[in-house]
Parts: sequence; structure tokens; C-alpha cells
Amino acid sequence: MIGLAAAMFAVAPFMINNAPSEATMGLVYKIYFFHMPSAWMFLVAATTAGVASFRLLFLKRPNADHWVIAAAELAVLFGALTLVSGPLWARKSWGVWWVWDARLTSSLMVFLIFVAYTLLRKYGGAGSDKLGAGLALFGMANVPFIYISVNYWRTFHPPTSVVPKLPVEMGIPLWFCVTAFTLLYVVLLRLRARLEFQRARVEALYLAEDEL
Amino acid sequence: MRLRMFLLVMVLAGAWPVRAMQQPPQPPKDFVPVDESAPGEQIPAMPLIGGAYGFIWVAVFGYVWSLGRKLQKVDAEITELERRKK
Amino acid sequence: MIASFLRVAWHVMRKDITVEVRSLEILSTTMLFSVTVVLMFSFGLVSDGRPVDDVAAAILWIAIAFSGTLALGRTFERERHNDTLRALMLAPADRPALYAGKLAGILLLLVLVELVLVPLVGLFFNAPVLAQAVPLALLLVAGTLGFCAVGTLFAAMLVRARSRDVLLPVMLYPMTVPVMIAGVRGTAALFQPAPEPAVAQFWLGLLVAFDVVFVLLALWTFEPVMTD
Repeated sequence: MIGLAAAMFAVAPFMINNAPSEATMGLVYKIYFFHMPSAWMFLVAATTAGVASFRLLFLKRPNADHWVIAAAELAVLFGALTLVSGPLWARKSWGVWWVWDARLTSSLMVFLIFVAYTLLRKYGGAGSDKLGAGLALFGMANVPFIYISVNYWRTFHPPTSVVPKLPVEMGIPLWFCVTAFTLLYVVLLRLRARLEFQRARVEALYLAEDEL
Repeated sequence: MRLRMFLLVMVLAGAWPVRAMQQPPQPPKDFVPVDESAPGEQIPAMPLIGGAYGFIWVAVFGYVWSLGRKLQKVDAEITELERRKK
Repeated sequence: MIASFLRVAWHVMRKDITVEVRSLEILSTTMLFSVTVVLMFSFGLVSDGRPVDDVAAAILWIAIAFSGTLALGRTFERERHNDTLRALMLAPADRPALYAGKLAGILLLLVLVELVLVPLVGLFFNAPVLAQAVPLALLLVAGTLGFCAVGTLFAAMLVRARSRDVLLPVMLYPMTVPVMIAGVRGTAALFQPAPEPAVAQFWLGLLVAFDVVFVLLALWTFEPVMTD
């Protein structure tokens, strides 16, 4: 699966280049091919972190904590990709780097929540797994709000109904990139969770050593 | 081992966008070509696109690389500890 | 069951009030802090010797947010210092009721601070605070409740964590951005020369929705998060 993800990423630039120029925005809209999948993966990662937090807190599965950490870090990564590529695109197409509309504001807010989570895990000391899970749950509660908000409030950001109406030449590279990003997300999630599992094993091994 | 292959392909994949972007864009079929408007009016798109894609590649690659290093370190530690246990 | 929940919450709140009334330490320091914040803004935001227009709503809510963070931190620091939180958790009481009691106490404290804050902001920034007093009061209570609901949970969670002083704002502010946005926009609509009560009502509705969601979520997560 790692190989497939990497291969798709290698092919992506060619597909993007072959997509036609859009009338109003020209060349720069091609940022969209990476911006939108990044945004989707950001939301998926946030949701994963929330679900795993729920399992940790309410279903009492201690292993879920490894998945929360992994998903939260990936939420920070993909959130950063989205929040950097978006303004770079906006500068050309809207003329401004940033607007305080519903979707951008709530995306930034959820991103900050997961940055806070990462800080909490690094510097909070013992017991911060439960605290972080509570934080991540609150973060996940905001995810549907982000997705729906643009449909309820006036905003510059293209509404979610744009996607199904895309012409085929744009649709192919887009869905290709979505698949590539999804694979990347799954691969990174599993690798990062594996790191946590391995670290737990190291601790267990050290403890076993001490007892001998 | 698989991780190293992944990293290698990512590095190679990172080289493509640079070359791909230098090829001239295909003439669009149904859309009005934008390059006809006066170049002085527009904010140049290339630095923005280059910045966006460049950032994404660097960020993803950097994360994968640091993750790979941490995984290697932890795996080495585990093999060492298991060896000591025996 | 609701009766015992309310009874426990009431007892916790009464305990907090009793302790606070003895010294009035947290109330007075928080009040002074909020006044200082408003003063600093009024020194900074001035043009031609007169306050800048249309900033009153924002400053009011920023002062509430800063003062609230301070009050939350201080309240739970007092609990940690005397180790009374563990005693509370050991008590055969419903955990969510403990949370509700602490929330009520802190909410009361902040409302008292706001009684001083609102006239001050009106004075320094030429804001018509009395013109739409009832809608304004509703907005303030709803917004403060939302802020405190999340804040009480996080502050309680952080009691035993390291770096808790800086982690509380880091965790709290992104989460309460919707409350801040709704509060400021609603208040700004009321402070206009021609006030717009309908707009304020919309934001009030949103605040109430947030309050319901956040309080319920906090009640639900308080128990699993606080257990060791």
C-alpha cells in the first residue's frame, strides 16, 4: 500500500498539468487539486481522533490512545497543508489572503484545537491522555459544523455543491488526488500509531527488565 | 525496508513537479484561455502555485522522514531490549 | 435523581461561595484585572483624544475572556492547593453534579465581575449599554455560560497537569471562538446607534444552542476524564 500511495503521488503532477485552465481563475485554480483533498483528510483525521477519543474515554480501550495521538498529529499536518494552500490560492482568486467567513474560521479553530492537543501531550505530563481525549472529542464535535457552515452563511468560499458539477477533465485529476491523499493518510496513520505501539512495548520491556 | 522504498519513491516523486511545471500547459478545449489578458494586470500565479505545492511536498516529505527516523530508532531499541532479555 | 443532582450541585456551589466570601480574594482580583484590561485598551485605542468607534463590544468580550481564564485558573488552583478536589471526587456524589456546582459558582463570580465591567466599557467607549439592557444581559449570561462550561471542564482536567497555567488558555480559546464571535456580533448589533434587536436575537439563539451542546458534552465527559 505504501508503494501504491507513493506511485500515485509521482503521477499526480502530470494529471494536474493536463487539466484544462478554468475560465475565471486560470492557472492558479490548480492548487485546488491538492487543497481540497488536504481539507478532506484534515476533517477525516479530526473525526478519527474524535472517534478514538470516544473509545478511550467511554469504551475504556487504552490502546485507542495511540490512535488519538496519530490522528491528531495528522490533523495538524493536513490542516497546515490546507490552511497554507488555501490563502495562496485566495490571494490570486479573491484578492485577499484571508476572510473571516464561517468555513475558514471554524477550520482554523479546529486546527488550533489539535495543535493544542499536541502541545498538551508533549508538555502536560502524566494523565494527559484522558485530558487530550476530552479535548479531541470537543474538537470532533465541531467538524460537521465546518462542513455545513458554508451552506448556511454567505461566503466567498465555493459551496460544497461545486464538486459534483465539475467537468470530466477536471474531475479525473481531482478524484485521483483524493485517492492519493486518502492512501497517504491511511499509511501515515498506521505508521504513526505503530510508533506509539512500539514505544509502549519499549516501556513494557524496560519495566520487565527492572523487575528481574 | 518498505519504509525506505517509500521514502525513495517520494524523493523521486518530488522531482516530477519541478519538471512538470516547466512544460507548457495544453491548449484548453472548452474554456477561454486566460493567457490573453494583459500580463501586467495579473498577480503572477506561478510563485503562488509553486509556493503551495512546494510547501505541501516539503511538509509531507518532512513528516514522513521524521516519522521514519523515529520508527527506526524505536525498532532498534526493541531489538536491543529483546536481545538483552534472552 | 434530578433532585439529588441539584442538591449536590447546590452544596458545591454554596461551599465555593462560602469560601470565597471569607476573603473575596478571587472576586476582587479578577475585577481589578478586568478593569485593568479595559483601561489598557482605552489607552491604546484612542484617536484625537476620543475612543475609536465600534470597538466596545469586542473589548467587553475580550475582557470577559481574559478575566474568565484568570478566575478559572485561580479557583482550581485553590482546590489543588488544599487538595480538596480529591476529597470532592471521593465523595459519594454524582460527578456531573460536582461539575455543575463548580460551573454555577464560577458563572456567578463572572456575572458579578461583568456588573462592573459593562458600565465601565460603556463609560470609556461611549457605548449605549443601558439602551438595550435586557437583550444585552441575556447575551452576556448566555455567552459567559458557554465560556465557563468549557472552561470549568478544562480547568478541572488540568488541575494535575504540568504547565497548566499556559495550557488552559491554549486549549480554551480555540474551543470558545464560536461563543466569542456570537457574543461580540450580538453585542455590536445592540450597541449600534440604531440597535438591531433581531440580529442580536439570532446570535443569542446561536449562543443558547452552543450552551446546550457544550454543557451537555461537558457533563457527559467530566466523569471519564477525571477518573485516574
